[in-house]
Amino acid sequence: MLTIDAKGIYYRELNSKVRDAVSKGEKEILLKNVNGQYYIGDGLRGETTITIDGVPGNDLAAFMDGPTLIIKNNAQDNIGNTMNSGKVIIHGNAGDVLGYGMRGGKLHIRGDVGYRVGIHMKGYKKQNPVIIAGGKAGDFFGEYMAGGVLILLNLDGKKDDRPMVGDYLGTGMHGGIIFIRGDVDKKLCGAEVGITDLDNEDNKFLKEYLEDYCKDFNLKTEDIMRVGFKKLIPASLRPYGNLYAY
Amino acid sequence: MFRSLAVPEFLAKIDQVKCIRCKRCIQNCGWSVYSWGGDKVLIDTFKCVKCLRCYHYCPEEAITIEDNPVKYRSNANWGFYQIRNIKKQAETGGIPLTGMGSDMPYPVLFDNLLIDACQVTNPSIDPLREPMELRTYLGKKPAKLEFEKVAGGKPKLKTKMPPQIKLEMPFIFAPMSYGSISLNAQKTLAIAAKELGIVMNTGEGGLHEDIYPYRSNIIVQVASGRFGVNPDYLNAGVAVEIKIGQGAKPGIGGHLPGEKIPLDIAKTRMIPVGTDAISPAPQHDIYSIEDLRQLIFAIKEATNYTKPVSVKIAAVHNVAAIASGIVRAGADIVYIDGFRGGTGAAPVIIRDHLGIPIEYALAAVDERLRQEGIRNEASIIAAGGIRSCADAAKAIALGADAVALGTSALITMGCTVCGKCYTGNCSWGITTQRPELTVRLDPEVYAERLINLIHAWSHELKEILGALGVNAIESLRGSRERLRGVGLDGQTLDLLGVKPAGR
Ligand code: SF4
Ligand code: SF4
Repeated sequence: MLTIDAKGIYYRELNSKVRDAVSKGEKEILLKNVNGQYYIGDGLRGETTITIDGVPGNDLAAFMDGPTLIIKNNAQDNIGNTMNSGKVIIHGNAGDVLGYGMRGGKLHIRGDVGYRVGIHMKGYKKQNPVIIAGGKAGDFFGEYMAGGVLILLNLDGKKDDRPMVGDYLGTGMHGGIIFIRGDVDKKLCGAEVGITDLDNEDNKFLKEYLEDYCKDFNLKTEDIMRVGFKKLIPASLRPYGNLYAY
Repeated sequence: MFRSLAVPEFLAKIDQVKCIRCKRCIQNCGWSVYSWGGDKVLIDTFKCVKCLRCYHYCPEEAITIEDNPVKYRSNANWGFYQIRNIKKQAETGGIPLTGMGSDMPYPVLFDNLLIDACQVTNPSIDPLREPMELRTYLGKKPAKLEFEKVAGGKPKLKTKMPPQIKLEMPFIFAPMSYGSISLNAQKTLAIAAKELGIVMNTGEGGLHEDIYPYRSNIIVQVASGRFGVNPDYLNAGVAVEIKIGQGAKPGIGGHLPGEKIPLDIAKTRMIPVGTDAISPAPQHDIYSIEDLRQLIFAIKEATNYTKPVSVKIAAVHNVAAIASGIVRAGADIVYIDGFRGGTGAAPVIIRDHLGIPIEYALAAVDERLRQEGIRNEASIIAAGGIRSCADAAKAIALGADAVALGTSALITMGCTVCGKCYTGNCSWGITTQRPELTVRLDPEVYAERLINLIHAWSHELKEILGALGVNAIESLRGSRERLRGVGLDGQTLDLLGVKPAGR
């Protein structure tokens, strides 16, 4: 295990140290005293696990392809931007625009997430990106979603009376699946979304996703699945088919 | 009952005496205008777009395509297309689409600018017999150069040069995605770019494996849909471009409908077959210059600072301030796409009424960056209606480092600017994915024509430089003193930084 002290270093230097270590084959890296440095894990490939001690800055895991990042604290905006594979585990809350255009890999967040989470996520062949947020989410959850899986759990719902998800849920959605634990108010959804109950197949997949999530945070799948889920899917793969005159 | 009150734009006619019933027109037309009637070719003129494929392939010169003389009664206020679009909208309730750049008669300032030449007091240069430098580097240039002396007393450059794109001539091919154009059209661009020592641009459709061999002549694009973007892609070309906007449709996104997404395109874009490929209007992670900076540097990190990052915007009202922000955000290249720029598909209403022409935008941006002392921080690419080498030379004199060619490159492949690219039926095999149409476009054959065009323009450019008495394109760049305006008012001249002819 390699330890890098990030205290007072600019992101460019920090990330170049990480890149060097990964290219030399380092499999485990601990970043100590991280304090808002951008782009950790950006474009990084391989099997390395990077544990981050402190709060990392924006664009964590952008374009990442393989590594696992474990964040013991909160994280900020734009995590997993166009990420291709790998995993990001966040023990605290995370910010806005998570998983923009994400094509594969997993984002597991224990706490709340901000606005526009899962925007334009896509699946491709065997790649199936998954974002699971344990808390609540802001507006535009799953906007333009084109593939992959978004799961919102609202595990600590009773803590405050904010709604579990904001307005414009799944607006512009044309692919992928959103699972919401609890009931969904149709009024919150974009016009392109249909709400259904889960069938056996859905439950099987959901359970698989949740088991992996629970392992990361020491939770129990049964506890989570005790409350019913709703499934949101696009009403059409071609939501704007009739918009144009030819 | 009538079929449609939107009257046909063109009348396709066959001279039945000349026609030998070879049926080539039926085969060649992508819009199914012709069909076989048992003893003669039948014509459905409603479908004709005047792409002229049939005309060129008829061995007997039996075909004529005329503008429909039965157009609506002429009216100085209500033009043909205004009436026709209302009829179409009344029939469909939809937004009329179009392809290519705006065909509206807005002033083209290039046509009001003339280039200087040498007489008596300063000699012109003969480019056929004297060296003439067109080589152009795109990217950030250092504010000053430092040298060190090494053994032997020779000076050596100490300043570390930021990454550059090397072009043998100041032309590049404009971004056109696989999906908007055919793979064969992209291959044509790639082959020509490689042969010429310039670059093409993937557009936002990902990079097809067949184009990978041309990677040293490719700019890869990242846009709001993030199609086909992964670390390999970012590192595949010589530069990465962030697309914010397009001149033909500033402020709106892209939308490749699901039925135009067969397997191969889906693979290149890395999306499932048959789903719409939607590029949202904004990049939802960019709401400010700071956010743009964040994405620029996310890409620089992912490419280990080895590639210049370009930012492409549409020319709009505040373009100078926006460009200044882009440069300050760390972009190495600013690509400005003017109002008349082409498109594979855009709503007519957007294409014809939003944005500003490139001449104004270019002059304003170059001036602003100079005033702020940051012109060296980024190169400028001008695009959107470069129709000839003269336009290119004038754009360079107004401050462009290079010009991007889209429509003119497609014209070498047979395009007649019929503007119906959005239908996906292009008879020339350019803006279509129908295999029976795309096979017509042989990349090797058409690359030759494209190479010819760029060679011809390069020769013309050298002739212009020679007449100006300079021997490098660098001497023309931003040299507005070598331009004069004709028929322009004082304010426009002022904005362009150009004197009126005669002064
Ligand atoms: S291509 Fe010309 S000669 Fe052949 S069928 Fe058509 S109109 Fe007649
Ligand atoms: S590319 Fe084809 S459809 Fe588009 S304007 Fe040219 S000829 Fe017409």
